[in-house]
Amino acid sequence: MRALPWLYLAAGFLFIYLPVGVLVLFSFQEGTLPVPPFEGPSLRWYAGVLSDDDLTAALLNSVLVALGQGAVAVTLGFLAAYGLARHVVPGTVFLRALLIAPLTVSYLIVGLGLLIVVQRAGLGLSLWTAGIGHVVINLPICFAIIYASMGAQQQTAERAARDLGAGEIDVIRLVTVPMLAPAILAAYFLSVTLSWDEFIIAFLLTRFDVTLPVEIWSMLRSGLSPRLNAIGSVVFLVSVTAVVAAELLIFRRRR
Amino acid sequence: MSNRRDTLKGWGFAAPALLWTTAFFVVPFVVMAAMSLATLDGRTLIWGLHADNYLELAEKRYLWRAVLVSLEITATVTVLSVVLAYPLAWIIAFRVPARWQRLALLLAILPFWTSYVVRSYAWLLVLAREGVVNQTLMTLGIIAEPVTLANTRIATVTGFVHFFVMLLTLTIYANLVQLSPNYRRAAMDLGANAFQTFRHVILPLTLPGIATGAFLTFVLCIGDYITPQILGGNTELTVPQVIMVQLGRRADFPLASALAIVLMGLVTLAYLGAARWLRIDRL
Repeated sequence: MRALPWLYLAAGFLFIYLPVGVLVLFSFQEGTLPVPPFEGPSLRWYAGVLSDDDLTAALLNSVLVALGQGAVAVTLGFLAAYGLARHVVPGTVFLRALLIAPLTVSYLIVGLGLLIVVQRAGLGLSLWTAGIGHVVINLPICFAIIYASMGAQQQTAERAARDLGAGEIDVIRLVTVPMLAPAILAAYFLSVTLSWDEFIIAFLLTRFDVTLPVEIWSMLRSGLSPRLNAIGSVVFLVSVTAVVAAELLIFRRRR
Repeated sequence: MSNRRDTLKGWGFAAPALLWTTAFFVVPFVVMAAMSLATLDGRTLIWGLHADNYLELAEKRYLWRAVLVSLEITATVTVLSVVLAYPLAWIIAFRVPARWQRLALLLAILPFWTSYVVRSYAWLLVLAREGVVNQTLMTLGIIAEPVTLANTRIATVTGFVHFFVMLLTLTIYANLVQLSPNYRRAAMDLGANAFQTFRHVILPLTLPGIATGAFLTFVLCIGDYITPQILGGNTELTVPQVIMVQLGRRADFPLASALAIVLMGLVTLAYLGAARWLRIDRL
């Protein structure tokens, strides 16, 4: 009876790590099928990944889109949070609901709506349209995180700065932003990660230049291969490094 | 500073975000809703107030069947995920020593950050005919022949549950550690055993958190295309899959839009159903 919780915990972790473990293990497969028995280890599939131009291009696209849309989302989110928290704006409740609204809708629907508009307007699909779509889904998150952390404590400091003669831009630059740095960083980090991983919007709104998840998706159609395992393991490694780095850099410091 | 100027400044700061959301979310959404009421004459799009798409949805089996399949899968996934994640969160919150808790939690949700597409692919490997699960079961002598797991609903549900168990472990854990230990102590002092404490004290207190997590699961699960597409095979399609078929092969945007509206309707119904317990503002 005593051991039951620990058995459950072990079973839970086994379930959670089973796909990742299999993915990484068979990325070192010598043969051409990523299923048991394991033969290897071999690095041949990783060498293939690095020399694949489509794949490295998609990886670069993903990084550009993720960083760029994150910067836009966090800037717009911060400005809106500041405007609504620090100034008296009638209808704040409605405006907040409007800004949060995209969160309540499936990514598929956000992507479909944008696709229809872009096509009706006769515009082309590109990484830009995918980036616009990613800002739509990440702006609410950035706004919510930053708005929630705008407390009375910062307000006092802002007022003090203003009394000492600082203009509003200086107050924001020298007081508000530094004091909210953890929330702003967390928001930026979260939106970059979400964009890096996002599939359906990127799939609907890109054409020739695609992001990494879309490229992986198109490779998947040709069936199981250790090559996909190798790519997947690399992507996993990148995400995990980012998460652990964020945990250490942003969240540790707050304690 | 006068009130008017203050208000104006507030608007000024919020304007870029409001414009962005209006231009790239509200307008597309309205256009999509209008599109769902348009109709196709051959390849020409005719705007107007036509109910054709919604009628087609009620008449054609493969369309309304998709709604049922989506609901069945989502309901199964939501219930299974909550039932499996709760004990996990409980053990991490109350059994794992305090200084290991953060690490245990981080480990429990780390694969959450695997790429979405990659995670489904990994499950395909695990569940394949020659995959780890079949090989293990055959080695143990539980089955003689490989069982078909990949490309079935079982695979879709497994892939989904894997993802949402991690998400729910996080939200339920956050809920459990917020509770004052005094509630548990009081219940124990009053003679409740562990199960009674759980049933009458902890569970009711964590219900809002569970409802929020379950609602999130419902919304994300019912709108997902990747997991059923990679893991589910082509024997039964979910609503997002049917939407993508309309967009791709048939370029039937009006019908796709109508299906998207139906999808939103289902989410709204789920919201109304869970609203009693939901604390969205606490998200």
